[in-house]
Amino acid sequence: MGALRERTRRIGAVRTKNVQAVFFYLFATIMIASAGVVIFARNPVHSVLFLILAFCNGAGLFLLAGAEFLAMILIVVYVGAVAVLFLFVVMMLDVDFAELKQGFAKYLPVGVGVGVVVLAELGFVALGWSSAPSAADAAANPIIPQMSNTAALGQILYTKYVIFFQASALVLLTAMIGAIVLTLHHKPNIKRQKIDEQNARTRENVIEIKKVPFRTGV
Amino acid sequence: MLTIGLTHYLVVAAVLFTLGVAGIILNRKNIIVILMSVELILLAVNLNFVAFSQSLADLTGQVFALFVLTVAAAEAAIGLAILVAFYRNRGTIAVEDINSLKG
Repeated sequence: MGALRERTRRIGAVRTKNVQAVFFYLFATIMIASAGVVIFARNPVHSVLFLILAFCNGAGLFLLAGAEFLAMILIVVYVGAVAVLFLFVVMMLDVDFAELKQGFAKYLPVGVGVGVVVLAELGFVALGWSSAPSAADAAANPIIPQMSNTAALGQILYTKYVIFFQASALVLLTAMIGAIVLTLHHKPNIKRQKIDEQNARTRENVIEIKKVPFRTGV
Repeated sequence: MLTIGLTHYLVVAAVLFTLGVAGIILNRKNIIVILMSVELILLAVNLNFVAFSQSLADLTGQVFALFVLTVAAAEAAIGLAILVAFYRNRGTIAVEDINSLKG
């Protein structure tokens, strides 16, 4: 009975591993393919849409790696905010994108050359790399299997890394103010309500009483 | 092959990073696609952080990836705001026209 249960468990583990591998290859293939479309597409709207697809599949890879919170943040922040911001800008600017695409063939050899060199270097590092045996013991924040990913992240983010958390909040605040300042502009020919000027009006500085002499005018 | 390990993630992230770098060079004229390529590069970096975090059973990588996400979002917002402001002034977004500061 025990042996049978052990065998079932092992088959289940193998099956889980197979499913994991299938999903990994699925997400990785779609992500890389859509990243290729992002850089090769003629129409930037297509680029943005495939960027969204790449982010969704990246979120899938994050899920497979056990980073559930980051996967959801990637969907919410990247797909929901950043990619839509890109889409807004691409559609808002009336630009002749065909003209911008003209140098593509000229830069193709350089781009492919640099790509091959970077890929070769990264490949050497990724494949010829080995971890120090003591690296696993030196973990600063070991993952506790009983705790959910979000809870574990929250527990260290708000205690150990609270200064960095505040600093990143400051970065976002700066970005927000910067974006508003950069894009806000006052057109001089548009009439606007100026509340402070209206409130500052008093009888004394607005009305002037003239004594009009009889039959001569002002 | 069927056991997905750290190396698989590293290779995927390396390919994604390369595509991002190649995208910057290939789309030299179109700054919107350059910004998107930068986002791809940052996604590759985040993928590496998360993969190492899983492999070493250490949450620090995920915390760092969270901060990278923050900075990437800020960068996209500021970049696109500069782009909109520039387009409003010059009526174009071609990168080679942005040379007013050249001496």
